Amino acid sequence: MDLFNDDVIAAIATGDSAGGIGIVRISGKGAEGIADAVIKTSSGLLVKDFETFTMHYGKCFDYYDHQLIDEVIISVMKGPHSYTAEDVVEINCHGGQVVTRTVLKAVLDAGARLAEPGEFTKRAFLNGRIDLSQAEAVMDVINAKTEKSLAYSMNQLSGGLSDQYQRIDQELVHALTIIDASIDYPEYEIDTLTTKDLLKIIDGLLSNVQSLLSTAQTGKIVRDGIATVILGEPNVGKSSLLNALINSDRALVTDIAGTTRDVVDEYINIDGIPFHIIDTAGIRETQNKIEALGVKKSLSMLDQADLILLVYDVSRGTSQDKALPFDINPDKTVINVYNKYDLAESNIQDEDGIVISTKTHYGLINLKNKMKDEAMHRINKKDNENVLSNLRHIHLLNQVNENLLNVQCGLNQNIPIDLTAIDLKNALDCLREITGRNVGSDIIDSIFAHFCLGK
Amino acid sequence: MKKYSGGSFDTVVIGAGHAGCEAALATARMGKETLLLTINLDSVAMMPCNPAIGGTGKGHLVREIDALGGEMGKNIDATMIQCRMLNTAKGPAVHSLRAQADKKAYQFRMKEVIENQDHLVLKQQEATKLFIEDQKITGVQVVTGAVYQCRSCIICTGTYLKGRVFIGDVQYDSGPNGLFPARYLSDSLKENGIKLQRFKTGTPARVDEKTVDYTKMQIQEGDEEITPFSFETEHLDIDQVPCYLTYTNTETHKIINENLDRSPLVTGDVVGIGPRYCPSIETKVMRFKDKERHQIFMEPEGLYTREVYVQGMSSCLPEEVQINLYRTVAGMENVEFMRTAYAIEYDCIHPTSLKATLESKQIEGLFFAGQINGTSGYEEAGAQGILAGINAGLKLDEKEPVILDRSQAYIGVLVDDIINEDASEPYRMMTSRAEYRLLLRQDNADLRLTPIGHQVGLISEKRYEQFLRKKEKIAEEMERVRRVIVGATDRNNQTLINLGTTPIQSGVSLAQLLKRPQLSYENTAPLDTNRPDYSKHICDEVEIQLKYEGYIKKQNAQVKQFKKMESKRIPENIDYQLIEGLRLEAVEKLSEVRPMSIGQASRISGVSPADITVIHVYLENRKKENANRDAEK
Ligand SMILES: Nc1nc2c(ncn2[C@@H]2O[C@H](COP(=O)(O)OP(=O)(O)OP(=O)(O)O)[C@@H](O)[C@H]2O)c(=O)[nH]1
Ligand SMILES: [Mg+2]
Repeated sequence: MDLFNDDVIAAIATGDSAGGIGIVRISGKGAEGIADAVIKTSSGLLVKDFETFTMHYGKCFDYYDHQLIDEVIISVMKGPHSYTAEDVVEINCHGGQVVTRTVLKAVLDAGARLAEPGEFTKRAFLNGRIDLSQAEAVMDVINAKTEKSLAYSMNQLSGGLSDQYQRIDQELVHALTIIDASIDYPEYEIDTLTTKDLLKIIDGLLSNVQSLLSTAQTGKIVRDGIATVILGEPNVGKSSLLNALINSDRALVTDIAGTTRDVVDEYINIDGIPFHIIDTAGIRETQNKIEALGVKKSLSMLDQADLILLVYDVSRGTSQDKALPFDINPDKTVINVYNKYDLAESNIQDEDGIVISTKTHYGLINLKNKMKDEAMHRINKKDNENVLSNLRHIHLLNQVNENLLNVQCGLNQNIPIDLTAIDLKNALDCLREITGRNVGSDIIDSIFAHFCLGK
Repeated sequence: MKKYSGGSFDTVVIGAGHAGCEAALATARMGKETLLLTINLDSVAMMPCNPAIGGTGKGHLVREIDALGGEMGKNIDATMIQCRMLNTAKGPAVHSLRAQADKKAYQFRMKEVIENQDHLVLKQQEATKLFIEDQKITGVQVVTGAVYQCRSCIICTGTYLKGRVFIGDVQYDSGPNGLFPARYLSDSLKENGIKLQRFKTGTPARVDEKTVDYTKMQIQEGDEEITPFSFETEHLDIDQVPCYLTYTNTETHKIINENLDRSPLVTGDVVGIGPRYCPSIETKVMRFKDKERHQIFMEPEGLYTREVYVQGMSSCLPEEVQINLYRTVAGMENVEFMRTAYAIEYDCIHPTSLKATLESKQIEGLFFAGQINGTSGYEEAGAQGILAGINAGLKLDEKEPVILDRSQAYIGVLVDDIINEDASEPYRMMTSRAEYRLLLRQDNADLRLTPIGHQVGLISEKRYEQFLRKKEKIAEEMERVRRVIVGATDRNNQTLINLGTTPIQSGVSLAQLLKRPQLSYENTAPLDTNRPDYSKHICDEVEIQLKYEGYIKKQNAQVKQFKKMESKRIPENIDYQLIEGLRLEAVEKLSEVRPMSIGQASRISGVSPADITVIHVYLENRKKENANRDAEK
């Protein structure tokens, strides 16, 4: 339904790019106004006063608390001469994907709606910018790309999460049934809910919804990528591995042990699964204060890691049997990576380990496949914990939460029940948008199923 | 029987029940020569079921009929014997008026209004046959052979079509209340391709008040101050008659359970589908086994009769069982029946075959209103009647039709619901059906609809002038209340504390203060020393609009979204079979309903959001192709 509103939509336009720049694209009538709500340009010019096809420096702030999010470059393309043929604003962020997401969130808070996959293209088509065959081609690509994540969200809905939604849904319908029955049949003796009863139901619902929202934190695995920490002794080729995985020279590589002092991170996408790759300082006993700090930080990254790539240098002989100078929590997934295979034949006995050379790219595909397998394994394991990861779901569930808070507030202020029912109904509508079912006559059916009413 | 010409009319209305009366009055008042046919002249505006008008949702409908220039509100104002505003403890959106009527007085007054109406002829005749040429209505034949030529026809046959009554195993063809059924018109409809279905409804017994002991029941009085239904009725002061409340008990339920096998509902003799909200007492007992008692309301049928309507006890068990079970109820131990409870089954159409104007999609000039459309209730019937009448009149003048949408009126909700979903039971109005119910209040029905009533010619200039003045005053007073600043004086704060709310630190606008639950327009008078003297209507309106401003804004935002989808029109000649990617079920449903807009399409059961996407893409593509073709030319 929402697909055809003439409202303003926004999304991250850079998809699974591995680079540091992320673009938030906003399209629709009023896009500039929304940008103006979160952006201050260096020149002081309003976005809506930009000339079409110009770029400007500025800063992006949180919509609510006005905290600085990132320094950005803003460009404006006015309709009909834009991709969607609507007014389009693009915000270029530099701080990596997490920052780009935060900028997107600010834009959504300011009133834009999260675009559905392919919606920019659909608008371009609907606005006559591209023809159907072009649109279909683009949509195919988009669909293919999202197929996996779609499959994940389906999984999400079929497992424990679906049960959770179901339960919240039932409670909402139950409360609305009783309220509406008492409104439509005021003279009948039916079990009505006192404000206290209702408040209790709302409290329960709120805690359910909020605990679901808190799993959104865990759900960031799928959203923000598998936190993958590259660990190992100095000079084994950790930074080289990061560069090889992202296919660019992001991290500094030298033959000096102890090159990497601080954490370097990047995003990659392996067959639709996002990985957050974190390169760390090589681990060894050191007198150098700065290096020691780096080592400490490397070890602290271990806590956040979903996946650890433990790198060895085969040319030094595998140090496998050597005790590691640190402990790894047994529930972390570890992949042993044997690097510099080009330098030395190795006779490694480790069947699960992966032999590579970052120099010749030997074995990189094997490593990626292994990483993907482990990630899948991990996602499936997390599924049982009702992980909420879909950004759209989070957005809608936040609205459910907000509406329920309104209900609570209304009840506490003794607002008439038929008015608080408006917020309650909105909450149900938002929830149903996640599960994709229409409310239709559900409430009325439920009234007659539960109460004996009528002349 | 020999046919002969009975003359020529602009509109023939078949049936003079609540739908037919409103329809005929509307066309006649729009200056169209109108013939109103009824099987029995003594059954004009008859109430074959409960002696009441209004109630939740239904009261809203009556107000809307009145705002459009209909008669139902005035008629009940003139003939009510008790009145109550329901739900006053709840918010303004769901306040609902209900009045007990003197049934005969109600009928006689309506008949008199109809008889005195210019351009309107009332006849006792059974319509038997429709004449249709080139898919257009041209005339109506009656049982005596007369043929009335017409350019439009509104069918309002209620429960008369092939009516069949059930009282246990006693079953016979009959209209409601012992009147003749309409025997022939069904066949004529079918011959012209209009599909029919069987619906069922029922009514309880009427008992002799002399044999009822009210001392064993709870008395239920009317409101001290009566709010009239009609916006034109200034003031109502009548001696009110009470109703009484009593209950069924385990003994009642036992008798029902022992005799269930004698109910035609159970034996399967009744094939028609009955409404869930009008269950017979046996249905209630069967479905809600744990409930120890059910409420029974005793409603007098009028001032000059001893007949009492026993609400809650409709039944189609055999008469002998009925009497026994009624006699188990406190206060009815010695009750005598005057009319036996019965179920009635009748033909109605599939309302999905109608446009939102209530005109048939297949046959031009043929309109349907009331129970024939699968609805129940006098108010639902009246609401459709006036809409069908207005649109028949407009069509004769080749003017744009009046279509009410879900954000404008309960009537809009009703019509939209019935034309989009083929209901499996009679349709009853409920406030729960209106998603924008805070905007569709009974108090603002005139603000919503009087301009439309005026535009089509059903609202007099005088009333319209008054209406405009009222609207102006409301706006002025709202503006003033927003501007009035209540100072943080000791006196004002003492008033606030006395009213149970917190004092203020600095000056606050009165409009802001009104949002506090403890405060009302009325009780803030001491804080507002220069308040002008306005009527209650105006004060109420100002209070509601300011007090609930936040919620009203929310609903307005929802309406905006809704309107966007409604404004995306689907061309009438669209062929859904040609649209690639539509699911088969959707093609069927869409071809049947033929929605006017994407918004309407999305409300049709069996049409998924994906189907809507497909239609939308198809339409845009088509638009572009057409544009290209035009450009080439
Ligand atoms: N021949 C060969 N050399 C490699 C390979 N991978 C890394 N090197 C070299 O090994 C040296 C160290 O590489 P880095 O990637 O900086 O190692 P590091 O583990 O990040 O080192 P620190 O940050 O100091 O802990 C560099 O000179 C690389 O060129 C490989 O597969 N084959
Ligand atoms: Mg390094």
